Amino acid sequence: MSVKQKERIAFALLSLCGIIVVVPIFAILLLLVIKGLPAFSTGFLFGLNGTSGGGESIFPAIVGTICLVLVAILAAIPLGISSAIYLNEFASDSALTRIIRLSIVNLAGVPSVVYGLFGMGLFVVFLRFGTSILSGGLTLAFLILPVVITASEEALRTVPISFREAAMALGATRIQTISRVVLPNALPGMMTGAILGVSRAAGETAPILFTVAAFFLPRLPRSIFDQVMALPYHLYIITTQVPNEAEKYKYGTALTLVVLVFSLNIAAIIIRNKFRRNKKW
Amino acid sequence: MILILFFLLKDSLRFFQKVTLGEFLFGEKWYPISTPPKFGILPLIIGTFLVTITATVISVPLGVGCAVYIAEIANPRIKEYLKIIVELIAGIPSVVLGFIGLLILAPAAREILNLPTGLTAFTGAVILAFMAIPTIATISEDAINSVPRDYREAAMALGASRWQTISKILVPAAFSGILAAILLGIGRVIGETMVVMMVCGNASAIPKSIFQPVRTMTATIAAEMGETVQGSLHYEALFAIGLFLFIISFCINFLADLAIRRKGFKSR
Repeated sequence: MSVKQKERIAFALLSLCGIIVVVPIFAILLLLVIKGLPAFSTGFLFGLNGTSGGGESIFPAIVGTICLVLVAILAAIPLGISSAIYLNEFASDSALTRIIRLSIVNLAGVPSVVYGLFGMGLFVVFLRFGTSILSGGLTLAFLILPVVITASEEALRTVPISFREAAMALGATRIQTISRVVLPNALPGMMTGAILGVSRAAGETAPILFTVAAFFLPRLPRSIFDQVMALPYHLYIITTQVPNEAEKYKYGTALTLVVLVFSLNIAAIIIRNKFRRNKKW
Repeated sequence: MILILFFLLKDSLRFFQKVTLGEFLFGEKWYPISTPPKFGILPLIIGTFLVTITATVISVPLGVGCAVYIAEIANPRIKEYLKIIVELIAGIPSVVLGFIGLLILAPAAREILNLPTGLTAFTGAVILAFMAIPTIATISEDAINSVPRDYREAAMALGASRWQTISKILVPAAFSGILAAILLGIGRVIGETMVVMMVCGNASAIPKSIFQPVRTMTATIAAEMGETVQGSLHYEALFAIGLFLFIISFCINFLADLAIRRKGFKSR
Protein backbone atom coordinates (compact mmCIF):
# COMPACT_ATOMS: atom_id res chain seq x y z
CA MET A 1 0.00 0.00 0.00
CA SER A 2 1.37 3.37 -0.87
CA VAL A 3 1.77 6.19 1.61
CA LYS A 4 -1.08 8.09 -0.03
CA GLN A 5 -3.50 5.18 0.20
CA LYS A 6 -2.63 4.57 3.82
CA GLU A 7 -3.23 8.21 4.57
CA ARG A 8 -6.61 8.14 2.86
CA ILE A 9 -7.74 5.07 4.82
CA ALA A 10 -6.50 6.49 8.12
CA PHE A 11 -8.24 9.82 7.55
CA ALA A 12 -11.46 8.08 6.59
CA LEU A 13 -11.35 6.05 9.82
CA LEU A 14 -10.68 9.15 11.89
CA SER A 15 -13.56 11.04 10.29
CA LEU A 16 -15.70 8.01 11.05
CA CYS A 17 -14.74 8.38 14.73
CA GLY A 18 -15.95 11.96 14.59
CA ILE A 19 -19.24 10.87 13.02
CA ILE A 20 -19.81 8.01 15.48
CA VAL A 21 -19.34 10.43 18.35
CA VAL A 22 -21.64 13.08 16.93
CA VAL A 23 -24.53 11.04 15.52
CA PRO A 24 -25.89 9.58 18.80
CA ILE A 25 -26.40 12.98 20.38
CA PHE A 26 -28.56 14.14 17.47
CA ALA A 27 -30.44 10.83 17.51
CA ILE A 28 -31.10 11.22 21.24
CA LEU A 29 -32.28 14.81 20.86
CA LEU A 30 -34.56 13.93 17.96
CA LEU A 31 -36.05 11.01 19.86
CA LEU A 32 -36.69 13.11 22.95
CA VAL A 33 -38.34 15.84 20.90
CA ILE A 34 -40.55 13.47 18.91
CA LYS A 35 -41.71 11.43 21.89
CA GLY A 36 -41.64 14.16 24.49
CA LEU A 37 -43.36 17.09 22.78
CA PRO A 38 -46.88 15.59 23.01
CA ALA A 39 -46.61 15.74 26.81
CA PHE A 40 -46.18 19.49 26.89
CA SER A 41 -49.15 21.47 28.09
CA THR A 42 -49.66 24.10 30.74
CA GLY A 43 -50.82 21.36 33.08
CA PHE A 44 -47.58 19.41 32.57
CA LEU A 45 -45.31 22.38 33.10
CA PHE A 46 -47.27 24.41 35.66
CA GLY A 47 -49.89 22.13 37.18
CA LEU A 48 -49.85 20.96 40.78
CA ASN A 49 -52.44 18.20 40.55
CA GLY A 50 -50.27 15.14 39.99
CA THR A 51 -52.20 12.04 40.92
CA SER A 52 -50.94 8.44 40.88
CA GLY A 53 -47.20 8.62 40.28
CA GLY A 54 -47.10 12.34 39.73
CA GLY A 55 -45.89 12.15 36.13
CA GLU A 56 -48.65 14.39 34.83
CA SER A 57 -47.11 17.50 36.27
CA ILE A 58 -43.48 18.39 36.69
CA PHE A 59 -44.00 21.86 38.15
CA PRO A 60 -42.97 20.90 41.72
CA ALA A 61 -39.84 19.23 40.34
CA ILE A 62 -38.92 22.31 38.29
CA VAL A 63 -39.36 24.58 41.30
CA GLY A 64 -37.37 22.14 43.43
CA THR A 65 -34.48 22.11 40.98
CA ILE A 66 -34.46 25.92 40.81
CA CYS A 67 -34.33 26.16 44.63
CA LEU A 68 -31.48 23.66 44.84
CA VAL A 69 -29.48 25.41 42.15
CA LEU A 70 -29.99 28.79 43.84
CA VAL A 71 -28.70 27.53 47.17
CA ALA A 72 -25.78 25.78 45.46
CA ILE A 73 -24.77 28.81 43.43
CA LEU A 74 -25.15 31.28 46.33
CA ALA A 75 -22.80 29.12 48.36
CA ALA A 76 -20.34 28.10 45.66
CA ILE A 77 -19.77 31.38 43.78
CA PRO A 78 -18.49 33.63 46.59
CA LEU A 79 -16.36 30.80 47.97
CA GLY A 80 -15.11 29.70 44.55
CA ILE A 81 -14.26 33.17 43.28
CA SER A 82 -12.50 34.22 46.46
CA SER A 83 -10.38 31.09 46.50
CA ALA A 84 -9.53 31.65 42.84
CA ILE A 85 -8.50 35.25 43.63
CA TYR A 86 -6.40 34.05 46.53
CA LEU A 87 -4.72 31.32 44.50
CA ASN A 88 -4.01 33.51 41.49
CA GLU A 89 -3.30 36.93 43.01
CA PHE A 90 -1.96 36.42 46.49
CA ALA A 91 -0.67 32.90 47.03
CA SER A 92 3.02 32.30 46.53
CA ASP A 93 4.15 29.09 44.89
CA SER A 94 4.61 27.21 48.16
CA ALA A 95 4.02 23.59 49.14
CA LEU A 96 0.70 24.64 50.67
CA THR A 97 -0.64 26.14 47.43
CA ARG A 98 0.47 23.07 45.56
CA ILE A 99 -1.47 20.87 47.97
CA ILE A 100 -4.53 23.12 47.60
CA ARG A 101 -4.33 22.93 43.82
CA LEU A 102 -3.91 19.17 43.87
CA SER A 103 -6.94 18.75 46.09
CA ILE A 104 -9.04 20.95 43.79
CA VAL A 105 -8.07 18.74 40.85
CA ASN A 106 -8.90 15.67 42.90
CA LEU A 107 -12.21 17.06 44.10
CA ALA A 108 -13.29 17.36 40.48
CA GLY A 109 -12.75 13.62 40.07
CA VAL A 110 -14.54 12.39 43.17
CA PRO A 111 -17.59 10.29 42.23
CA SER A 112 -20.81 12.23 42.64
CA VAL A 113 -22.35 9.55 44.83
CA VAL A 114 -19.49 10.04 47.29
CA TYR A 115 -20.49 13.72 47.50
CA GLY A 116 -23.94 12.40 48.35
CA LEU A 117 -22.53 10.34 51.24
CA PHE A 118 -20.52 13.30 52.42
CA GLY A 119 -23.53 15.60 52.27
CA MET A 120 -25.52 13.08 54.22
CA GLY A 121 -22.81 12.71 56.86
CA LEU A 122 -22.15 16.44 57.27
CA PHE A 123 -25.37 18.33 56.54
CA VAL A 124 -28.15 15.83 57.12
CA VAL A 125 -26.85 13.99 60.18
CA PHE A 126 -24.05 16.00 61.80
CA LEU A 127 -25.45 19.52 61.36
CA ARG A 128 -29.02 18.24 61.69
CA PHE A 129 -30.39 20.04 58.61
CA GLY A 130 -32.35 16.89 57.80
CA THR A 131 -33.17 15.97 54.23
CA SER A 132 -33.84 19.49 53.02
CA ILE A 133 -33.17 22.02 50.28
CA LEU A 134 -30.36 23.42 52.40
CA SER A 135 -28.57 20.05 52.73
CA GLY A 136 -28.99 19.19 49.05
CA GLY A 137 -28.04 22.67 47.83
CA LEU A 138 -24.89 22.77 49.94
CA THR A 139 -23.91 19.28 48.78
CA LEU A 140 -24.28 20.42 45.18
CA ALA A 141 -22.25 23.54 46.05
CA PHE A 142 -19.31 21.34 47.06
CA LEU A 143 -19.74 19.37 43.84
CA ILE A 144 -19.52 22.43 41.58
CA LEU A 145 -16.84 24.24 43.58
CA PRO A 146 -13.95 22.77 41.53
CA VAL A 147 -15.64 23.86 38.27
CA VAL A 148 -16.13 27.42 39.55
CA ILE A 149 -12.60 27.71 40.98
CA THR A 150 -10.88 26.34 37.86
CA ALA A 151 -12.84 28.57 35.47
CA SER A 152 -12.36 31.69 37.62
CA GLU A 153 -8.65 31.08 37.97
CA GLU A 154 -8.37 30.61 34.23
CA ALA A 155 -10.21 33.91 33.72
CA LEU A 156 -7.92 35.74 36.15
CA ARG A 157 -4.86 34.33 34.48
CA THR A 158 -5.84 35.72 31.07
CA VAL A 159 -5.74 39.29 32.42
CA PRO A 160 -2.25 40.45 31.41
CA ILE A 161 0.34 41.34 34.05
CA SER A 162 0.76 44.75 32.37
CA PHE A 163 -2.80 45.71 33.43
CA ARG A 164 -1.86 45.07 37.04
CA GLU A 165 1.45 46.90 36.72
CA ALA A 166 -0.26 49.89 35.10
CA ALA A 167 -2.79 50.10 37.94
CA MET A 168 -0.07 49.80 40.55
CA ALA A 169 1.99 52.48 38.79
CA LEU A 170 -0.95 54.86 39.10
CA GLY A 171 -0.80 54.38 42.85
CA ALA A 172 -3.65 51.89 43.28
CA THR A 173 -3.40 49.50 46.19
CA ARG A 174 -3.50 45.77 45.58
CA ILE A 175 -7.13 45.53 46.61
CA GLN A 176 -8.04 48.45 44.33
CA THR A 177 -6.15 46.87 41.46
CA ILE A 178 -7.96 43.58 41.89
CA SER A 179 -11.45 44.97 42.38
CA ARG A 180 -11.35 47.77 39.76
CA VAL A 181 -9.04 46.40 37.08
CA VAL A 182 -8.55 42.67 37.26
CA LEU A 183 -12.05 41.52 38.24
CA PRO A 184 -14.02 43.48 35.59
CA ASN A 185 -11.74 42.07 32.90
CA ALA A 186 -12.07 38.53 34.19
CA LEU A 187 -15.83 38.72 34.69
CA PRO A 188 -17.02 37.00 31.49
CA GLY A 189 -14.72 34.05 32.14
CA MET A 190 -16.03 33.76 35.66
CA MET A 191 -19.61 33.91 34.38
CA THR A 192 -18.84 30.97 32.10
CA GLY A 193 -17.64 28.96 35.06
CA ALA A 194 -20.69 29.89 37.11
CA ILE A 195 -23.11 28.92 34.35
CA LEU A 196 -21.37 25.60 33.78
CA GLY A 197 -21.62 25.02 37.52
CA VAL A 198 -25.35 25.74 37.44
CA SER A 199 -25.92 23.33 34.58
CA ARG A 200 -23.94 20.62 36.36
CA ALA A 201 -25.90 21.16 39.58
CA ALA A 202 -29.20 21.05 37.72
CA GLY A 203 -28.44 17.73 36.07
CA GLU A 204 -26.91 15.75 38.94
CA THR A 205 -28.94 13.03 40.60
CA ALA A 206 -26.68 10.96 42.82
CA PRO A 207 -25.76 13.71 45.34
CA ILE A 208 -29.38 14.61 46.02
CA LEU A 209 -30.63 11.04 46.42
CA PHE A 210 -30.14 11.01 50.17
CA THR A 211 -29.85 14.70 50.97
CA VAL A 212 -33.04 16.28 49.66
CA ALA A 213 -35.08 14.48 47.09
CA ALA A 214 -38.69 13.59 47.76
CA PHE A 215 -40.27 10.67 45.96
CA PHE A 216 -43.52 12.44 45.31
CA LEU A 217 -44.53 15.73 46.88
CA PRO A 218 -47.07 17.66 44.83
CA ARG A 219 -46.73 20.99 46.56
CA LEU A 220 -44.27 23.83 46.60
CA PRO A 221 -41.58 24.11 49.29
CA ARG A 222 -42.26 26.60 52.09
CA SER A 223 -38.78 26.97 53.55
CA ILE A 224 -35.25 25.83 52.88
CA PHE A 225 -35.76 23.06 55.41
CA ASP A 226 -38.45 21.44 53.27
CA GLN A 227 -37.92 18.39 51.09
CA VAL A 228 -38.52 18.96 47.39
CA MET A 229 -38.77 17.00 44.20
CA ALA A 230 -36.04 17.63 41.62
CA LEU A 231 -36.14 17.10 37.87
CA PRO A 232 -33.36 14.51 37.48
CA TYR A 233 -34.51 12.50 40.49
CA HIS A 234 -38.10 12.71 39.28
CA LEU A 235 -37.05 11.30 35.91
CA TYR A 236 -35.23 8.46 37.65
CA ILE A 237 -38.29 7.68 39.77
CA ILE A 238 -40.86 7.69 37.00
CA THR A 239 -38.70 5.50 34.74
CA THR A 240 -37.67 2.91 37.29
CA GLN A 241 -40.10 2.90 40.22
CA VAL A 242 -43.48 3.72 38.71
CA PRO A 243 -44.52 0.76 36.58
CA ASN A 244 -47.14 2.16 34.23
CA GLU A 245 -46.33 5.80 33.76
CA ALA A 246 -47.37 7.06 30.31
CA GLU A 247 -44.37 7.11 27.99
CA LYS A 248 -44.87 10.69 26.83
CA TYR A 249 -44.47 12.01 30.37
CA LYS A 250 -41.15 10.23 30.77
CA TYR A 251 -39.85 11.61 27.51
CA GLY A 252 -41.34 15.00 28.31
CA THR A 253 -39.48 15.13 31.63
CA ALA A 254 -36.22 14.04 30.00
CA LEU A 255 -36.69 16.66 27.28
CA THR A 256 -37.31 19.42 29.82
CA LEU A 257 -34.14 18.51 31.71
CA VAL A 258 -32.03 18.33 28.56
CA VAL A 259 -33.37 21.64 27.24
CA LEU A 260 -32.64 23.31 30.59
CA VAL A 261 -29.08 21.99 30.81
CA PHE A 262 -28.27 22.57 27.13
CA SER A 263 -29.48 26.15 27.10
CA LEU A 264 -27.25 26.89 30.10
CA ASN A 265 -24.27 25.22 28.42
CA ILE A 266 -24.84 27.01 25.15
CA ALA A 267 -25.14 30.34 26.96
CA ALA A 268 -21.79 29.64 28.64
CA ILE A 269 -20.16 28.78 25.30
CA ILE A 270 -21.54 31.91 23.62
CA ILE A 271 -20.32 34.20 26.39
CA ARG A 272 -16.90 32.60 26.27
CA ASN A 273 -16.56 32.84 22.49
CA LYS A 274 -17.69 36.47 22.48
CA PHE A 275 -15.21 37.24 25.22
CA ARG A 276 -12.38 35.60 23.30
CA ARG A 277 -13.22 37.50 20.14
CA ASN A 278 -13.49 40.88 21.88
CA LYS A 279 -10.20 40.48 23.67
CA LYS A 280 -7.91 43.24 22.45
CA TRP A 281 -4.72 42.31 24.21
CA MET B 1 -11.49 17.84 50.64
CA ILE B 2 -10.35 17.17 54.16
CA LEU B 3 -13.93 17.53 55.38
CA ILE B 4 -15.08 14.90 52.92
CA LEU B 5 -12.34 12.50 53.92
CA PHE B 6 -13.12 13.06 57.58
CA PHE B 7 -16.79 12.26 57.25
CA LEU B 8 -16.13 9.17 55.17
CA LEU B 9 -13.50 7.97 57.61
CA LYS B 10 -15.65 8.58 60.67
CA ASP B 11 -18.31 6.09 59.70
CA SER B 12 -16.17 3.59 57.85
CA LEU B 13 -13.70 3.23 60.72
CA ARG B 14 -16.52 2.14 62.97
CA PHE B 15 -17.36 -0.43 60.30
CA PHE B 16 -13.84 -1.82 60.17
CA GLN B 17 -13.88 -2.38 63.91
CA LYS B 18 -16.53 -5.00 63.32
CA VAL B 19 -15.62 -6.40 59.91
CA THR B 20 -12.03 -7.06 58.86
CA LEU B 21 -10.56 -5.47 55.74
CA GLY B 22 -9.97 -8.91 54.22
CA GLU B 23 -13.59 -9.95 54.62
CA PHE B 24 -14.71 -6.64 53.17
CA LEU B 25 -12.49 -6.62 50.09
CA PHE B 26 -12.44 -10.32 49.25
CA GLY B 27 -15.72 -11.66 50.58
CA GLU B 28 -17.66 -13.14 47.73
CA LYS B 29 -21.11 -12.41 49.09
CA TRP B 30 -22.89 -9.11 49.58
CA TYR B 31 -25.98 -9.87 51.65
CA PRO B 32 -26.28 -6.83 53.89
CA ILE B 33 -29.75 -7.58 55.23
CA SER B 34 -29.65 -11.32 55.84
CA THR B 35 -28.74 -12.71 59.26
CA PRO B 36 -25.86 -12.90 59.78
CA PRO B 37 -25.15 -10.14 57.22
CA LYS B 38 -22.28 -10.58 54.78
CA PHE B 39 -20.34 -7.55 53.58
CA GLY B 40 -18.03 -8.85 50.85
CA ILE B 41 -17.66 -6.29 48.08
CA LEU B 42 -15.74 -8.53 45.69
CA PRO B 43 -18.78 -8.94 43.36
CA LEU B 44 -19.20 -5.17 43.36
CA ILE B 45 -15.52 -4.57 42.63
CA ILE B 46 -15.61 -7.09 39.80
CA GLY B 47 -18.82 -5.50 38.48
CA THR B 48 -17.22 -2.06 38.54
CA PHE B 49 -14.07 -3.21 36.79
CA LEU B 50 -15.90 -5.24 34.18
CA VAL B 51 -18.04 -2.27 33.21
CA THR B 52 -15.09 0.11 33.35
CA ILE B 53 -12.80 -2.02 31.20
CA THR B 54 -15.48 -2.60 28.56
CA ALA B 55 -16.31 1.09 28.47
CA THR B 56 -12.61 1.96 28.18
CA VAL B 57 -12.08 -0.45 25.30
CA ILE B 58 -14.95 1.22 23.43
CA SER B 59 -14.25 4.84 24.29
CA VAL B 60 -10.46 5.07 23.93
CA PRO B 61 -10.19 4.46 20.16
CA LEU B 62 -13.23 6.64 19.47
CA GLY B 63 -12.17 9.41 21.84
CA VAL B 64 -8.57 9.58 20.70
CA GLY B 65 -9.60 9.22 17.04
CA CYS B 66 -12.04 12.05 17.48
CA ALA B 67 -9.33 14.18 19.11
CA VAL B 68 -6.90 13.59 16.24
CA TYR B 69 -9.63 14.39 13.74
CA ILE B 70 -10.53 17.65 15.51
CA ALA B 71 -6.94 18.70 16.08
CA GLU B 72 -5.36 17.79 12.75
CA ILE B 73 -7.78 16.94 9.97
CA ALA B 74 -11.07 18.83 10.28
CA ASN B 75 -11.30 22.20 8.57
CA PRO B 76 -11.69 25.19 10.91
CA ARG B 77 -15.47 25.50 10.56
CA ILE B 78 -16.21 21.83 11.26
CA LYS B 79 -13.66 21.99 14.07
CA GLU B 80 -15.54 24.78 15.85
CA TYR B 81 -18.86 22.95 15.63
CA LEU B 82 -17.41 19.59 16.64
CA LYS B 83 -15.79 21.09 19.72
CA ILE B 84 -19.10 22.61 20.78
CA ILE B 85 -20.94 19.33 20.21
CA VAL B 86 -18.38 17.39 22.24
CA GLU B 87 -18.80 19.90 25.07
CA LEU B 88 -22.56 19.48 24.91
CA ILE B 89 -22.25 15.69 25.12
CA ALA B 90 -20.25 16.19 28.30
CA GLY B 91 -23.13 18.24 29.65
CA ILE B 92 -25.94 15.72 29.16
CA PRO B 93 -27.23 14.78 32.63
CA SER B 94 -26.34 11.17 33.40
CA VAL B 95 -29.89 10.33 34.39
CA VAL B 96 -31.06 11.19 30.86
CA LEU B 97 -28.49 8.82 29.38
CA GLY B 98 -29.57 6.16 31.84
CA PHE B 99 -33.14 6.76 30.71
CA ILE B 100 -32.19 6.32 27.05
CA GLY B 101 -30.23 3.19 27.92
CA LEU B 102 -33.16 1.73 29.80
CA LEU B 103 -35.84 2.49 27.23
CA ILE B 104 -33.99 2.22 23.92
CA LEU B 105 -30.63 0.48 24.19
CA ALA B 106 -31.52 -2.32 26.61
CA PRO B 107 -34.48 -3.70 24.59
CA ALA B 108 -32.39 -3.37 21.42
CA ALA B 109 -29.49 -5.27 23.01
CA ARG B 110 -31.85 -8.01 24.14
CA GLU B 111 -33.26 -8.44 20.63
CA ILE B 112 -30.01 -8.23 18.71
CA LEU B 113 -27.81 -10.29 21.02
CA ASN B 114 -30.61 -12.68 21.93
CA LEU B 115 -30.22 -12.34 25.71
CA PRO B 116 -32.69 -13.03 28.52
CA THR B 117 -32.36 -9.40 29.65
CA GLY B 118 -30.95 -6.29 28.04
CA LEU B 119 -29.82 -4.88 31.38
CA THR B 120 -26.22 -6.08 31.31
CA ALA B 121 -22.70 -4.89 31.95
CA PHE B 122 -22.26 -4.48 28.20
CA THR B 123 -25.26 -2.19 27.75
CA GLY B 124 -24.12 -0.03 30.64
CA ALA B 125 -20.59 0.09 29.27
CA VAL B 126 -21.79 1.38 25.89
CA ILE B 127 -23.54 4.32 27.56
CA LEU B 128 -20.59 4.96 29.88
CA ALA B 129 -18.23 4.93 26.91
CA PHE B 130 -20.36 7.68 25.38
CA MET B 131 -19.95 9.66 28.61
CA ALA B 132 -16.19 9.16 28.76
CA ILE B 133 -15.57 10.19 25.14
CA PRO B 134 -15.88 13.98 25.72
CA THR B 135 -13.34 13.84 28.56
CA ILE B 136 -10.91 11.76 26.54
CA ALA B 137 -11.38 13.77 23.33
CA THR B 138 -11.03 17.25 24.90
CA ILE B 139 -7.92 16.51 26.95
CA SER B 140 -6.23 14.50 24.17
CA GLU B 141 -6.89 17.33 21.74
CA ASP B 142 -5.23 19.79 24.12
CA ALA B 143 -2.27 17.43 24.38
CA ILE B 144 -1.93 17.15 20.60
CA ASN B 145 -2.26 20.91 20.16
CA SER B 146 0.47 21.55 22.70
CA VAL B 147 3.09 19.63 20.71
CA PRO B 148 5.48 22.34 19.49
CA ARG B 149 5.11 23.48 15.87
CA ASP B 150 8.74 22.63 15.16
CA TYR B 151 7.97 18.90 15.46
CA ARG B 152 5.31 19.14 12.79
CA GLU B 153 7.44 21.30 10.50
CA ALA B 154 10.52 19.13 10.93
CA ALA B 155 8.56 15.98 10.03
CA MET B 156 7.02 17.64 6.99
CA ALA B 157 10.41 18.95 5.88
CA LEU B 158 11.76 15.41 5.97
CA GLY B 159 9.07 14.45 3.46
CA ALA B 160 6.63 12.73 5.80
CA SER B 161 2.99 12.67 4.74
CA ARG B 162 0.37 14.22 7.03
CA TRP B 163 -0.64 10.79 8.33
CA GLN B 164 2.97 9.79 8.95
CA THR B 165 3.47 13.04 10.86
CA ILE B 166 0.39 12.37 12.97
CA SER B 167 0.99 8.71 13.70
CA LYS B 168 4.78 8.72 14.10
CA ILE B 169 5.45 12.18 15.55
CA LEU B 170 2.46 13.96 17.04
CA VAL B 171 0.69 11.12 18.83
CA PRO B 172 3.88 9.71 20.41
CA ALA B 173 4.93 13.22 21.47
CA ALA B 174 1.52 13.87 23.02
CA PHE B 175 1.39 10.40 24.54
CA SER B 176 1.58 11.36 28.21
CA GLY B 177 -1.22 13.88 27.74
CA ILE B 178 -3.35 11.28 25.98
CA LEU B 179 -2.64 8.84 28.80
CA ALA B 180 -3.84 11.43 31.30
CA ALA B 181 -6.98 11.91 29.20
CA ILE B 182 -7.67 8.18 29.24
CA LEU B 183 -7.13 7.98 33.02
CA LEU B 184 -9.53 10.85 33.64
CA GLY B 185 -12.05 9.17 31.33
CA ILE B 186 -11.72 5.97 33.37
CA GLY B 187 -12.19 8.01 36.53
CA ARG B 188 -15.43 9.39 35.19
CA VAL B 189 -16.68 5.88 34.32
CA ILE B 190 -15.83 4.39 37.73
CA GLY B 191 -17.60 7.20 39.54
CA GLU B 192 -20.73 7.21 37.43
CA THR B 193 -23.78 6.17 39.41
CA MET B 194 -27.12 6.75 37.77
CA VAL B 195 -26.39 5.05 34.45
CA VAL B 196 -25.11 1.87 36.01
CA MET B 197 -27.92 1.79 38.53
CA MET B 198 -30.53 2.08 35.79
CA VAL B 199 -28.95 0.02 33.02
CA CYS B 200 -26.63 -2.65 34.44
CA GLY B 201 -29.28 -4.82 36.06
CA ASN B 202 -28.13 -4.60 39.70
CA ALA B 203 -27.42 -8.26 40.43
CA SER B 204 -24.86 -8.52 43.19
CA ALA B 205 -23.45 -11.89 42.11
CA ILE B 206 -20.06 -12.38 40.47
CA PRO B 207 -20.80 -12.18 36.72
CA LYS B 208 -19.48 -14.79 34.30
CA SER B 209 -19.55 -12.67 31.15
CA ILE B 210 -20.15 -9.08 30.12
CA PHE B 211 -23.60 -10.02 28.88
CA GLN B 212 -24.88 -10.61 32.39
CA PRO B 213 -26.35 -8.13 34.85
CA VAL B 214 -23.83 -6.67 37.28
CA ARG B 215 -23.86 -4.21 40.10
CA THR B 216 -21.18 -1.62 40.77
CA MET B 217 -19.98 -0.01 43.97
CA THR B 218 -21.55 3.34 43.16
CA ALA B 219 -24.93 1.81 42.34
CA THR B 220 -24.90 -0.13 45.60
CA ILE B 221 -24.42 3.01 47.65
CA ALA B 222 -27.13 4.86 45.77
CA ALA B 223 -29.63 2.02 45.79
CA GLU B 224 -29.27 0.93 49.40
CA MET B 225 -28.63 4.16 51.28
CA GLY B 226 -32.30 5.03 51.32
CA GLU B 227 -33.24 1.78 53.04
CA THR B 228 -30.67 1.65 55.80
CA VAL B 229 -31.00 2.80 59.38
CA GLN B 230 -28.60 5.57 60.30
CA GLY B 231 -25.73 4.23 62.36
CA SER B 232 -26.39 0.57 61.52
CA LEU B 233 -23.65 -1.72 60.29
CA HIS B 234 -25.11 -1.62 56.79
CA TYR B 235 -25.01 2.21 56.83
CA GLU B 236 -21.38 2.13 57.90
CA ALA B 237 -20.59 -0.47 55.22
CA LEU B 238 -21.89 1.89 52.53
CA PHE B 239 -19.62 4.64 53.86
CA ALA B 240 -16.74 2.17 53.70
CA ILE B 241 -17.50 1.59 50.01
CA GLY B 242 -17.58 5.37 49.57
CA LEU B 243 -14.14 5.64 51.17
CA PHE B 244 -12.83 2.92 48.87
CA LEU B 245 -14.18 4.77 45.81
CA PHE B 246 -12.69 8.01 47.08
CA ILE B 247 -9.26 6.37 47.37
CA ILE B 248 -9.52 4.90 43.86
CA SER B 249 -10.49 8.26 42.34
CA PHE B 250 -7.68 9.96 44.25
CA CYS B 251 -5.13 7.49 42.85
CA ILE B 252 -6.41 7.90 39.28
CA ASN B 253 -6.32 11.68 39.47
CA PHE B 254 -2.88 11.64 41.01
CA LEU B 255 -1.55 9.40 38.22
CA ALA B 256 -3.20 11.59 35.58
CA ASP B 257 -1.61 14.66 37.16
CA LEU B 258 1.82 12.97 37.03
CA ALA B 259 1.27 12.02 33.38
CA ILE B 260 0.38 15.60 32.44
CA ARG B 261 3.50 16.93 34.11
CA ARG B 262 5.82 14.41 32.48
CA LYS B 263 5.66 15.65 28.91
CA GLY B 264 7.59 13.96 26.15
CA PHE B 265 8.98 17.28 24.95
CA LYS B 266 10.21 20.58 26.27
CA SER B 267 7.58 23.23 25.90
CA ARG B 268 8.72 26.80 25.41
